[in-house]
Amino acid sequence: MRDVSMGQYYPASSFVHRADPRFKLVILILYLVTVFFCDSFFSFGFMTLFVLITILLSRVPILKVLKSLRLIIVILVFTTVLMMVFYSDATAKPLAEWGIFHIYLNGIYAAIKLGWRLMLLVLMPTVLTLTSTPTELCDGLESLLTPLKVLHFPVHELALIMSIALRLIPSLIEETDKIVNAQRARGAAFESRNPFKKIKAMIPVLIPLFVSSFRRADELADAMDSRCYRGAKGRTRMKKLKAKFSDFVALLFWCAITVCILFLNYNWFGWAFIAAISL
Amino acid sequence: MSFLQFNNVEYSYVGGDDELIQALKSVSFSIERGEFVALVGCNGSGKSTLARLCNGLLTPDSGEVLVDGKSTKEKSALFDIRKKIGVVFQNPDNQMVTTIVEDDVAFGPENLGLPPEQIRERVDWALRSVGMSEHATSGPFRLSGGQKQRVAIAGVLAIKPELMILDEATGMLDPNGRREVLDVVKKLNRDEGMAVIMITHFMEEAAAADRIIVLNNGSVVADGGKELFSTPEVFEAAGLDLPLYVRLARRLNDGGIGVGCPLTADEFAAAVAAISAKGGKK
Repeated sequence: MRDVSMGQYYPASSFVHRADPRFKLVILILYLVTVFFCDSFFSFGFMTLFVLITILLSRVPILKVLKSLRLIIVILVFTTVLMMVFYSDATAKPLAEWGIFHIYLNGIYAAIKLGWRLMLLVLMPTVLTLTSTPTELCDGLESLLTPLKVLHFPVHELALIMSIALRLIPSLIEETDKIVNAQRARGAAFESRNPFKKIKAMIPVLIPLFVSSFRRADELADAMDSRCYRGAKGRTRMKKLKAKFSDFVALLFWCAITVCILFLNYNWFGWAFIAAISL
Repeated sequence: MSFLQFNNVEYSYVGGDDELIQALKSVSFSIERGEFVALVGCNGSGKSTLARLCNGLLTPDSGEVLVDGKSTKEKSALFDIRKKIGVVFQNPDNQMVTTIVEDDVAFGPENLGLPPEQIRERVDWALRSVGMSEHATSGPFRLSGGQKQRVAIAGVLAIKPELMILDEATGMLDPNGRREVLDVVKKLNRDEGMAVIMITHFMEEAAAADRIIVLNNGSVVADGGKELFSTPEVFEAAGLDLPLYVRLARRLNDGGIGVGCPLTADEFAAAVAAISAKGGKK
Protein backbone atom coordinates (compact mmCIF):
# COMPACT_ATOMS: atom_id res chain seq x y z
CA MET A 1 0.00 0.00 0.00
CA ARG A 2 2.96 2.27 0.66
CA ASP A 3 4.28 2.29 -2.84
CA VAL A 4 1.94 4.27 -5.03
CA SER A 5 3.64 5.42 -8.18
CA MET A 6 0.47 7.01 -9.48
CA GLY A 7 0.52 10.77 -9.19
CA GLN A 8 4.12 10.81 -7.97
CA TYR A 9 6.72 12.93 -9.70
CA TYR A 10 10.01 11.30 -10.68
CA PRO A 11 12.65 14.04 -10.90
CA ALA A 12 14.95 13.69 -13.91
CA SER A 13 16.20 15.85 -16.73
CA SER A 14 14.75 14.68 -20.00
CA PHE A 15 13.03 15.87 -23.14
CA VAL A 16 9.71 14.62 -21.78
CA HIS A 17 10.19 16.34 -18.41
CA ARG A 18 10.96 19.66 -20.05
CA ALA A 19 8.05 19.55 -22.49
CA ASP A 20 5.27 22.09 -22.02
CA PRO A 21 2.58 20.52 -19.78
CA ARG A 22 -0.19 21.93 -22.00
CA PHE A 23 1.17 19.99 -24.95
CA LYS A 24 1.59 16.91 -22.80
CA LEU A 25 -2.07 17.11 -21.75
CA VAL A 26 -3.28 17.59 -25.33
CA ILE A 27 -1.09 14.74 -26.56
CA LEU A 28 -2.40 12.53 -23.77
CA ILE A 29 -6.02 13.18 -24.78
CA LEU A 30 -5.13 12.53 -28.43
CA TYR A 31 -3.36 9.34 -27.39
CA LEU A 32 -6.29 8.06 -25.30
CA VAL A 33 -8.70 8.62 -28.20
CA THR A 34 -6.31 6.90 -30.57
CA VAL A 35 -5.99 3.86 -28.31
CA PHE A 36 -9.75 3.36 -28.66
CA PHE A 37 -9.37 3.30 -32.45
CA CYS A 38 -6.73 0.55 -32.30
CA ASP A 39 -8.21 -2.59 -33.73
CA SER A 40 -5.59 -4.96 -35.06
CA PHE A 41 -2.62 -6.53 -33.31
CA PHE A 42 -0.44 -4.56 -35.68
CA SER A 43 -1.90 -1.23 -34.53
CA PHE A 44 -1.55 -2.25 -30.87
CA GLY A 45 2.08 -3.13 -31.49
CA PHE A 46 2.56 0.15 -33.32
CA MET A 47 1.18 2.15 -30.35
CA THR A 48 3.15 0.13 -27.80
CA LEU A 49 6.33 0.88 -29.72
CA PHE A 50 5.75 4.62 -29.37
CA VAL A 51 4.77 4.31 -25.72
CA LEU A 52 8.06 2.51 -25.08
CA ILE A 53 9.99 5.17 -26.99
CA THR A 54 8.31 7.86 -24.86
CA ILE A 55 9.22 6.02 -21.64
CA LEU A 56 12.83 5.64 -22.80
CA LEU A 57 12.99 9.32 -23.72
CA SER A 58 11.65 10.28 -20.29
CA ARG A 59 14.58 8.52 -18.54
CA VAL A 60 12.19 7.15 -15.92
CA PRO A 61 13.14 3.54 -15.03
CA ILE A 62 10.78 1.37 -17.05
CA LEU A 63 9.96 -0.75 -13.97
CA LYS A 64 8.68 2.37 -12.20
CA VAL A 65 6.18 2.90 -15.02
CA LEU A 66 5.18 -0.75 -15.19
CA LYS A 67 4.47 -0.73 -11.44
CA SER A 68 1.39 1.37 -12.16
CA LEU A 69 -0.07 -1.71 -13.85
CA ARG A 70 -0.21 -3.39 -10.45
CA LEU A 71 -3.11 -1.13 -9.54
CA ILE A 72 -5.28 -2.50 -12.33
CA ILE A 73 -4.08 -6.09 -12.30
CA VAL A 74 -7.32 -7.38 -10.76
CA ILE A 75 -9.51 -5.57 -13.26
CA LEU A 76 -7.17 -6.65 -16.03
CA VAL A 77 -7.32 -10.35 -15.20
CA PHE A 78 -11.04 -10.26 -14.42
CA THR A 79 -12.10 -8.55 -17.66
CA THR A 80 -9.86 -10.57 -19.94
CA VAL A 81 -11.02 -13.89 -18.46
CA LEU A 82 -14.68 -12.86 -18.73
CA MET A 83 -14.16 -11.67 -22.29
CA MET A 84 -12.54 -14.99 -23.19
CA VAL A 85 -15.21 -17.30 -21.75
CA PHE A 86 -18.30 -15.30 -22.71
CA TYR A 87 -17.28 -14.32 -26.23
CA SER A 88 -19.73 -15.77 -28.72
CA ASP A 89 -19.12 -16.30 -32.39
CA ALA A 90 -21.99 -17.88 -34.33
CA THR A 91 -19.94 -18.50 -37.44
CA ALA A 92 -17.12 -20.49 -35.85
CA LYS A 93 -16.79 -23.73 -33.93
CA PRO A 94 -15.68 -23.29 -30.30
CA LEU A 95 -12.22 -24.61 -29.40
CA ALA A 96 -13.55 -25.77 -26.04
CA GLU A 97 -16.74 -25.51 -24.02
CA TRP A 98 -17.88 -26.16 -20.46
CA GLY A 99 -21.56 -25.50 -19.88
CA ILE A 100 -22.20 -21.84 -20.55
CA PHE A 101 -18.50 -21.10 -21.20
CA HIS A 102 -17.23 -21.25 -24.76
CA ILE A 103 -13.77 -20.47 -25.94
CA TYR A 104 -13.35 -19.32 -29.52
CA LEU A 105 -10.16 -18.36 -31.30
CA ASN A 106 -11.60 -14.89 -31.95
CA GLY A 107 -12.57 -14.72 -28.26
CA ILE A 108 -8.97 -15.25 -27.25
CA TYR A 109 -7.89 -12.51 -29.68
CA ALA A 110 -10.55 -10.13 -28.37
CA ALA A 111 -9.53 -10.81 -24.75
CA ILE A 112 -5.86 -10.16 -25.47
CA LYS A 113 -6.76 -6.93 -27.29
CA LEU A 114 -8.93 -5.81 -24.36
CA GLY A 115 -6.15 -6.40 -21.83
CA TRP A 116 -3.62 -4.74 -24.08
CA ARG A 117 -5.87 -1.71 -24.53
CA LEU A 118 -6.32 -1.36 -20.75
CA MET A 119 -2.57 -1.47 -20.22
CA LEU A 120 -1.99 1.18 -22.88
CA LEU A 121 -4.67 3.35 -21.27
CA VAL A 122 -2.89 3.25 -17.90
CA LEU A 123 0.73 3.56 -19.03
CA MET A 124 0.68 6.99 -20.68
CA PRO A 125 -1.16 8.85 -17.88
CA THR A 126 1.44 7.35 -15.53
CA VAL A 127 4.23 8.71 -17.72
CA LEU A 128 2.53 12.11 -17.57
CA THR A 129 2.36 12.23 -13.77
CA LEU A 130 5.88 10.81 -13.40
CA THR A 131 7.35 13.49 -15.66
CA SER A 132 5.31 16.55 -14.66
CA THR A 133 5.03 18.15 -11.22
CA PRO A 134 1.54 18.77 -9.87
CA THR A 135 2.21 22.49 -10.23
CA GLU A 136 2.98 22.05 -13.92
CA LEU A 137 -0.14 19.94 -14.47
CA CYS A 138 -2.20 22.45 -12.54
CA ASP A 139 -0.80 25.37 -14.57
CA GLY A 140 -1.24 23.45 -17.82
CA LEU A 141 -4.84 22.56 -17.08
CA GLU A 142 -5.61 26.10 -15.97
CA SER A 143 -4.14 27.49 -19.16
CA LEU A 144 -5.99 25.00 -21.39
CA LEU A 145 -9.30 25.70 -19.68
CA THR A 146 -8.90 29.50 -19.76
CA PRO A 147 -11.56 29.91 -22.50
CA LEU A 148 -14.12 28.56 -20.01
CA LYS A 149 -13.57 31.63 -17.81
CA VAL A 150 -15.95 33.45 -20.15
CA LEU A 151 -18.68 31.17 -18.78
CA HIS A 152 -17.59 32.01 -15.19
CA PHE A 153 -16.26 28.50 -14.75
CA PRO A 154 -13.88 28.44 -11.71
CA VAL A 155 -10.80 27.38 -13.71
CA HIS A 156 -8.15 28.42 -11.18
CA GLU A 157 -9.96 26.80 -8.26
CA LEU A 158 -10.43 23.53 -10.15
CA ALA A 159 -6.74 23.38 -11.07
CA LEU A 160 -5.72 24.14 -7.46
CA ILE A 161 -8.05 21.47 -6.08
CA MET A 162 -6.54 18.95 -8.45
CA SER A 163 -3.00 19.86 -7.46
CA ILE A 164 -3.78 19.66 -3.71
CA ALA A 165 -5.53 16.33 -4.20
CA LEU A 166 -2.44 14.88 -5.91
CA ARG A 167 -0.25 16.22 -3.13
CA LEU A 168 -2.42 14.70 -0.41
CA ILE A 169 -2.51 11.13 -1.80
CA PRO A 170 0.70 10.00 -0.03
CA SER A 171 -0.27 11.80 3.21
CA LEU A 172 -3.65 10.08 3.32
CA ILE A 173 -2.12 6.68 2.65
CA GLU A 174 0.33 7.21 5.48
CA GLU A 175 -2.53 8.30 7.74
CA THR A 176 -4.59 5.22 6.83
CA ASP A 177 -1.65 2.97 7.66
CA LYS A 178 -1.31 4.62 11.08
CA ILE A 179 -5.02 4.27 11.89
CA VAL A 180 -5.11 0.64 10.71
CA ASN A 181 -2.19 -0.16 13.00
CA ALA A 182 -3.78 1.69 15.91
CA GLN A 183 -7.06 -0.21 15.48
CA ARG A 184 -5.22 -3.50 15.02
CA ALA A 185 -3.45 -2.90 18.33
CA ARG A 186 -6.92 -2.70 19.89
CA GLY A 187 -7.94 -5.98 18.33
CA ALA A 188 -9.73 -4.96 15.12
CA ALA A 189 -10.37 -7.98 12.87
CA PHE A 190 -8.81 -6.88 9.58
CA GLU A 191 -7.49 -10.39 8.97
CA SER A 192 -10.93 -11.99 9.22
CA ARG A 193 -11.90 -14.12 6.23
CA ASN A 194 -15.53 -13.14 6.53
CA PRO A 195 -16.02 -10.29 4.02
CA PHE A 196 -18.81 -8.71 6.10
CA LYS A 197 -16.58 -8.59 9.17
CA LYS A 198 -13.84 -7.13 7.01
CA ILE A 199 -16.09 -4.34 5.74
CA LYS A 200 -17.30 -3.68 9.27
CA ALA A 201 -13.71 -3.45 10.48
CA MET A 202 -13.09 -0.66 7.96
CA ILE A 203 -15.63 1.66 9.61
CA PRO A 204 -13.38 2.50 12.60
CA VAL A 205 -10.68 3.29 10.04
CA LEU A 206 -12.76 5.48 7.75
CA ILE A 207 -14.29 7.68 10.45
CA PRO A 208 -10.98 8.82 12.01
CA LEU A 209 -9.61 9.23 8.49
CA PHE A 210 -12.51 11.56 7.65
CA VAL A 211 -12.09 13.57 10.83
CA SER A 212 -8.36 13.95 10.36
CA SER A 213 -8.83 14.92 6.70
CA PHE A 214 -11.06 17.78 7.74
CA ARG A 215 -8.56 18.89 10.38
CA ARG A 216 -5.80 18.70 7.80
CA ALA A 217 -7.85 20.75 5.33
CA ASP A 218 -8.46 23.36 8.02
CA GLU A 219 -4.77 23.65 8.84
CA LEU A 220 -3.82 23.83 5.17
CA ALA A 221 -6.39 26.58 4.61
CA ASP A 222 -4.95 28.56 7.54
CA ALA A 223 -1.42 28.12 6.19
CA MET A 224 -2.54 29.26 2.72
CA ASP A 225 -4.35 32.29 4.16
CA SER A 226 -1.25 33.16 6.18
CA ARG A 227 0.79 33.08 2.98
CA CYS A 228 -1.35 35.78 1.41
CA TYR A 229 -3.50 33.50 -0.75
CA ARG A 230 -6.63 35.22 -2.08
CA GLY A 231 -7.61 33.18 -5.10
CA ALA A 232 -6.57 33.86 -8.68
CA LYS A 233 -6.76 37.61 -8.12
CA GLY A 234 -3.42 39.28 -8.81
CA ARG A 235 -1.54 35.99 -8.71
CA THR A 236 1.55 35.46 -10.86
CA ARG A 237 3.65 32.38 -11.59
CA MET A 238 7.32 31.67 -11.04
CA LYS A 239 7.51 29.22 -13.91
CA LYS A 240 5.79 30.68 -16.93
CA LEU A 241 4.63 28.12 -19.46
CA LYS A 242 6.44 28.56 -22.76
CA ALA A 243 5.73 26.49 -25.83
CA LYS A 244 8.94 25.43 -27.55
CA PHE A 245 9.45 24.39 -31.15
CA SER A 246 10.03 20.80 -29.99
CA ASP A 247 6.57 20.79 -28.33
CA PHE A 248 4.93 21.52 -31.68
CA VAL A 249 7.04 18.81 -33.32
CA ALA A 250 5.95 16.29 -30.67
CA LEU A 251 2.29 17.24 -31.14
CA LEU A 252 2.55 16.91 -34.94
CA PHE A 253 4.29 13.58 -34.50
CA TRP A 254 1.44 12.21 -32.36
CA CYS A 255 -1.12 13.58 -34.83
CA ALA A 256 0.71 11.58 -37.50
CA ILE A 257 0.47 8.44 -35.34
CA THR A 258 -3.27 9.00 -34.94
CA VAL A 259 -3.66 9.30 -38.70
CA CYS A 260 -1.65 6.09 -39.18
CA ILE A 261 -3.89 4.22 -36.74
CA LEU A 262 -7.02 5.52 -38.47
CA PHE A 263 -5.59 4.36 -41.80
CA LEU A 264 -4.85 0.92 -40.42
CA ASN A 265 -8.34 0.80 -39.00
CA TYR A 266 -10.45 2.03 -41.91
CA ASN A 267 -8.18 1.35 -44.90
CA TRP A 268 -9.86 4.18 -46.88
CA PHE A 269 -7.99 3.43 -50.11
CA GLY A 270 -8.41 -0.32 -49.88
CA TRP A 271 -4.65 -0.99 -49.85
CA ALA A 272 -3.95 -4.69 -49.89
CA PHE A 273 -1.00 -4.66 -47.45
CA ILE A 274 -3.16 -3.06 -44.75
CA ALA A 275 -5.86 -5.67 -45.25
CA ALA A 276 -3.15 -8.33 -44.89
CA ILE A 277 -1.98 -7.13 -41.44
CA SER A 278 -5.38 -6.31 -39.95
CA LEU A 279 -6.11 -9.26 -37.71
CA MET B 1 4.16 53.34 17.46
CA SER B 2 4.99 49.69 17.96
CA PHE B 3 5.00 47.30 15.02
CA LEU B 4 2.58 44.83 16.59
CA GLN B 5 0.28 45.91 19.36
CA PHE B 6 -2.31 44.00 21.40
CA ASN B 7 -4.70 46.31 23.26
CA ASN B 8 -6.86 44.57 25.89
CA VAL B 9 -7.56 41.64 23.58
CA GLU B 10 -10.25 39.18 24.67
CA TYR B 11 -11.06 36.04 22.74
CA SER B 12 -13.26 33.07 23.51
CA TYR B 13 -14.45 30.09 21.50
CA VAL B 14 -16.97 27.31 21.90
CA GLY B 15 -15.27 24.18 23.16
CA GLY B 16 -16.12 20.53 22.70
CA ASP B 17 -18.87 20.46 25.37
CA ASP B 18 -20.71 23.54 24.07
CA GLU B 19 -19.21 25.64 26.83
CA LEU B 20 -17.56 28.96 26.16
CA ILE B 21 -13.82 28.82 26.72
CA GLN B 22 -12.09 32.12 27.29
CA ALA B 23 -8.74 31.71 25.59
CA LEU B 24 -7.39 35.22 26.12
CA LYS B 25 -8.26 37.63 28.92
CA SER B 26 -7.42 41.28 28.43
CA VAL B 27 -4.04 40.71 26.83
CA SER B 28 -1.88 43.74 26.11
CA PHE B 29 1.69 43.87 24.89
CA SER B 30 3.65 45.23 21.97
CA ILE B 31 6.48 43.99 19.79
CA GLU B 32 9.03 46.20 18.04
CA ARG B 33 10.79 45.56 14.74
CA GLY B 34 13.84 43.31 15.06
CA GLU B 35 12.95 41.82 18.45
CA PHE B 36 13.43 38.14 19.29
CA VAL B 37 10.63 37.16 21.63
CA ALA B 38 9.76 33.82 23.15
CA LEU B 39 6.13 33.29 24.07
CA VAL B 40 5.88 30.48 26.60
CA GLY B 41 3.02 28.81 28.38
CA CYS B 42 1.72 25.31 28.98
CA ASN B 43 -0.97 23.61 26.88
CA GLY B 44 -4.24 25.53 26.87
CA SER B 45 -2.66 28.79 27.96
CA GLY B 46 -3.83 30.51 24.76
CA LYS B 47 -0.54 30.58 22.87
CA SER B 48 -1.83 29.33 19.52
CA THR B 49 -4.93 31.52 19.68
CA LEU B 50 -2.60 34.46 20.14
CA ALA B 51 -0.62 33.53 17.01
CA ARG B 52 -3.81 33.34 14.96
CA LEU B 53 -4.93 36.73 16.23
CA CYS B 54 -1.67 38.35 15.07
CA ASN B 55 -2.30 37.93 11.33
CA GLY B 56 -6.07 38.12 11.36
CA LEU B 57 -6.91 34.41 11.04
CA LEU B 58 -8.98 35.17 14.14
CA THR B 59 -10.30 38.57 15.20
CA PRO B 60 -10.63 39.62 18.85
CA ASP B 61 -14.06 39.67 20.57
CA SER B 62 -13.09 42.96 22.17
CA GLY B 63 -9.98 45.08 22.20
CA GLU B 64 -7.85 45.32 19.07
CA VAL B 65 -4.76 43.97 17.37
CA LEU B 66 -2.80 46.61 15.46
CA VAL B 67 -0.15 45.77 12.90
CA ASP B 68 1.78 48.86 11.82
CA GLY B 69 -1.21 50.91 12.91
CA LYS B 70 -3.83 48.87 11.02
CA SER B 71 -6.47 46.82 12.83
CA THR B 72 -6.90 43.14 11.90
CA LYS B 73 -10.65 43.74 12.01
CA GLU B 74 -10.50 45.58 8.70
CA LYS B 75 -10.87 42.96 5.97
CA SER B 76 -9.22 45.22 3.40
CA ALA B 77 -6.05 45.47 5.52
CA LEU B 78 -5.58 41.70 5.92
CA PHE B 79 -3.51 41.22 2.76
CA ASP B 80 -1.04 43.91 3.85
CA ILE B 81 -0.94 42.54 7.38
CA ARG B 82 -0.17 39.02 6.16
CA LYS B 83 2.59 40.42 3.96
CA LYS B 84 4.19 41.82 7.11
CA ILE B 85 3.56 38.92 9.48
CA GLY B 86 4.36 35.36 8.47
CA VAL B 87 3.25 32.36 10.54
CA VAL B 88 4.90 28.93 10.58
CA PHE B 89 2.64 26.25 12.05
CA GLN B 90 3.34 23.09 13.99
CA ASN B 91 2.83 20.36 11.41
CA PRO B 92 5.08 20.85 8.38
CA ASP B 93 3.06 18.32 6.32
CA ASN B 94 -0.08 20.40 6.56
CA GLN B 95 1.57 23.58 5.31
CA MET B 96 2.78 22.31 1.95
CA VAL B 97 0.58 23.31 -0.94
CA THR B 98 2.43 21.34 -3.56
CA THR B 99 4.88 18.46 -3.87
CA ILE B 100 8.06 20.19 -5.07
CA VAL B 101 10.11 22.19 -2.55
CA GLU B 102 10.78 25.23 -4.73
CA ASP B 103 7.20 25.36 -6.05
CA ASP B 104 5.95 25.37 -2.49
CA VAL B 105 8.30 28.18 -1.46
CA ALA B 106 7.13 30.13 -4.53
CA PHE B 107 3.47 29.94 -3.43
CA GLY B 108 3.71 33.03 -1.19
CA PRO B 109 5.49 35.39 -3.61
CA GLU B 110 3.20 34.18 -6.42
CA ASN B 111 0.24 35.33 -4.33
CA LEU B 112 1.87 38.74 -3.98
CA GLY B 113 1.77 39.07 -7.76
CA LEU B 114 5.51 39.59 -8.25
CA PRO B 115 7.14 39.20 -11.69
CA PRO B 116 8.60 35.70 -12.33
CA GLU B 117 12.28 36.73 -12.16
CA GLN B 118 11.76 38.33 -8.77
CA ILE B 119 9.91 35.26 -7.47
CA ARG B 120 12.80 33.07 -8.63
CA GLU B 121 15.27 35.36 -6.83
CA ARG B 122 13.28 35.27 -3.59
CA VAL B 123 12.83 31.49 -3.71
CA ASP B 124 16.55 30.93 -4.23
CA TRP B 125 17.38 33.38 -1.46
CA ALA B 126 14.87 31.87 0.98
CA LEU B 127 16.09 28.33 0.34
CA ARG B 128 19.69 29.46 0.75
CA SER B 129 18.86 31.21 4.04
CA VAL B 130 17.48 27.99 5.54
CA GLY B 131 20.21 25.86 3.95
CA MET B 132 17.92 23.82 1.70
CA SER B 133 19.16 24.90 -1.73
CA GLU B 134 20.28 21.42 -2.73
CA HIS B 135 16.79 20.03 -2.13
CA ALA B 136 15.05 22.66 -4.28
CA THR B 137 13.65 20.20 -6.81
CA SER B 138 12.95 17.24 -4.56
CA GLY B 139 9.65 16.19 -3.02
CA PRO B 140 9.06 16.99 0.67
CA PHE B 141 8.26 13.36 1.40
CA ARG B 142 11.93 12.44 1.18
CA LEU B 143 12.96 15.06 3.73
CA SER B 144 13.33 14.75 7.50
CA GLY B 145 10.99 16.60 9.88
CA GLY B 146 13.55 19.36 10.54
CA GLN B 147 14.19 19.80 6.82
CA LYS B 148 10.45 19.97 6.06
CA GLN B 149 9.98 22.63 8.73
CA ARG B 150 12.91 24.59 7.27
CA VAL B 151 11.13 24.47 3.90
CA ALA B 152 7.99 25.78 5.61
CA ILE B 153 10.07 28.61 7.09
CA ALA B 154 11.50 29.35 3.63
CA GLY B 155 7.94 29.49 2.30
CA VAL B 156 7.10 32.22 4.80
CA LEU B 157 10.47 33.92 4.39
CA ALA B 158 9.98 34.31 0.62
CA ILE B 159 7.16 36.74 1.38
CA LYS B 160 9.80 38.83 3.24
CA PRO B 161 7.73 39.48 6.36
CA GLU B 162 8.93 41.90 9.01
CA LEU B 163 7.83 39.54 11.77
CA MET B 164 7.85 35.77 11.73
CA ILE B 165 5.75 33.84 14.22
CA LEU B 166 6.67 30.22 14.86
CA ASP B 167 3.65 28.54 16.41
CA GLU B 168 5.22 25.56 18.17
CA ALA B 169 7.09 25.02 14.92
CA THR B 170 9.52 22.66 16.63
CA GLY B 171 6.87 20.74 18.55
CA MET B 172 6.89 17.70 16.26
CA LEU B 173 10.64 17.55 15.70
CA ASP B 174 13.40 15.50 17.30
CA PRO B 175 16.24 17.33 19.14
CA ASN B 176 18.33 17.55 15.95
CA GLY B 177 15.44 19.03 13.98
CA ARG B 178 14.74 21.48 16.80
CA ARG B 179 18.33 22.68 16.77
CA GLU B 180 18.30 23.06 12.95
CA VAL B 181 15.18 25.23 13.08
CA LEU B 182 16.36 27.29 16.05
CA ASP B 183 19.70 28.02 14.39
CA VAL B 184 17.98 29.17 11.20
CA VAL B 185 15.63 31.46 13.14
CA LYS B 186 18.44 32.97 15.21
CA LYS B 187 20.42 33.65 12.04
CA LEU B 188 17.45 35.35 10.35
CA ASN B 189 16.90 37.57 13.37
CA ARG B 190 20.57 38.51 13.54
CA ASP B 191 21.38 38.93 9.82
CA GLU B 192 18.10 40.09 8.32
CA GLY B 193 16.84 42.03 11.33
CA MET B 194 13.58 40.11 11.16
CA ALA B 195 11.49 40.18 14.31
CA VAL B 196 10.67 36.70 15.65
CA ILE B 197 8.01 35.46 18.04
CA MET B 198 8.80 31.92 19.02
CA ILE B 199 5.85 30.17 20.62
CA THR B 200 7.08 27.16 22.54
CA HIS B 201 7.00 25.18 25.73
CA PHE B 202 10.62 24.06 25.42
CA MET B 203 12.32 26.32 27.91
CA GLU B 204 15.75 25.72 26.37
CA GLU B 205 14.43 27.44 23.24
CA ALA B 206 12.94 30.28 25.22
CA ALA B 207 16.35 30.86 26.83
CA ALA B 208 17.70 31.77 23.37
CA ALA B 209 15.34 34.75 23.05
CA ASP B 210 16.03 38.33 24.14
CA ARG B 211 12.62 38.79 25.64
CA ILE B 212 10.23 36.30 27.22
CA ILE B 213 6.48 36.62 27.56
CA VAL B 214 4.83 34.11 29.89
CA LEU B 215 1.19 33.24 29.26
CA ASN B 216 -0.93 31.45 31.85
CA ASN B 217 -4.66 30.77 31.54
CA GLY B 218 -5.07 33.38 28.84
CA SER B 219 -3.28 36.22 30.64
CA VAL B 220 0.23 37.62 30.35
CA VAL B 221 1.81 36.91 33.76
CA ALA B 222 5.36 38.01 33.01
CA ASP B 223 7.14 39.96 30.30
CA GLY B 224 10.84 40.69 30.46
CA GLY B 225 14.41 39.90 29.44
CA LYS B 226 16.63 37.00 30.43
CA GLU B 227 16.63 38.31 34.00
CA LEU B 228 13.24 36.55 34.35
CA PHE B 229 15.15 33.31 34.87
CA SER B 230 16.50 34.60 38.16
CA THR B 231 12.93 34.64 39.47
CA PRO B 232 11.97 31.07 38.58
CA GLU B 233 8.72 31.26 40.59
CA VAL B 234 7.10 33.03 37.62
CA PHE B 235 7.62 29.99 35.38
CA GLU B 236 6.69 27.45 38.02
CA ALA B 237 3.40 29.25 38.70
CA ALA B 238 2.59 29.03 34.97
CA GLY B 239 3.21 25.27 35.01
CA LEU B 240 6.49 25.46 33.12
CA ASP B 241 9.82 23.75 33.65
CA LEU B 242 13.00 25.76 33.91
CA PRO B 243 15.85 25.21 31.45
CA LEU B 244 18.13 22.38 32.56
CA TYR B 245 21.12 24.64 33.31
CA VAL B 246 19.04 27.09 35.29
CA ARG B 247 17.82 24.21 37.47
CA LEU B 248 21.36 22.89 37.86
CA ALA B 249 22.72 26.32 38.72
CA ARG B 250 19.97 26.80 41.29
CA ARG B 251 20.91 23.58 43.05
CA LEU B 252 24.59 24.63 43.03
CA ASN B 253 23.72 28.11 44.27
CA ASP B 254 21.61 26.59 47.04
CA GLY B 255 24.52 24.33 47.93
CA GLY B 256 26.76 27.33 48.37
CA ILE B 257 28.55 27.29 45.00
CA GLY B 258 27.73 30.58 43.30
CA VAL B 259 27.59 30.04 39.53
CA GLY B 260 25.18 32.88 38.83
CA CYS B 261 22.37 32.30 36.33
CA PRO B 262 23.74 30.57 33.22
CA LEU B 263 21.15 29.75 30.50
CA THR B 264 23.08 27.56 28.07
CA ALA B 265 25.64 24.75 28.28
CA ASP B 266 28.40 27.17 27.24
CA GLU B 267 27.54 29.76 29.86
CA PHE B 268 27.27 27.05 32.49
CA ALA B 269 30.64 25.58 31.54
CA ALA B 270 32.20 29.03 31.62
CA ALA B 271 30.78 29.76 35.08
CA VAL B 272 31.99 26.42 36.45
CA ALA B 273 35.41 26.87 34.83
CA ALA B 274 35.71 30.32 36.42
CA ILE B 275 35.04 28.83 39.85
CA SER B 276 37.45 25.94 39.50
CA ALA B 277 40.13 28.35 38.21
CA LYS B 278 39.77 30.27 41.49
CA GLY B 279 40.45 27.05 43.34
CA GLY B 280 36.79 26.44 44.04
CA LYS B 281 35.11 25.78 47.34
CA LYS B 282 34.98 22.24 48.58
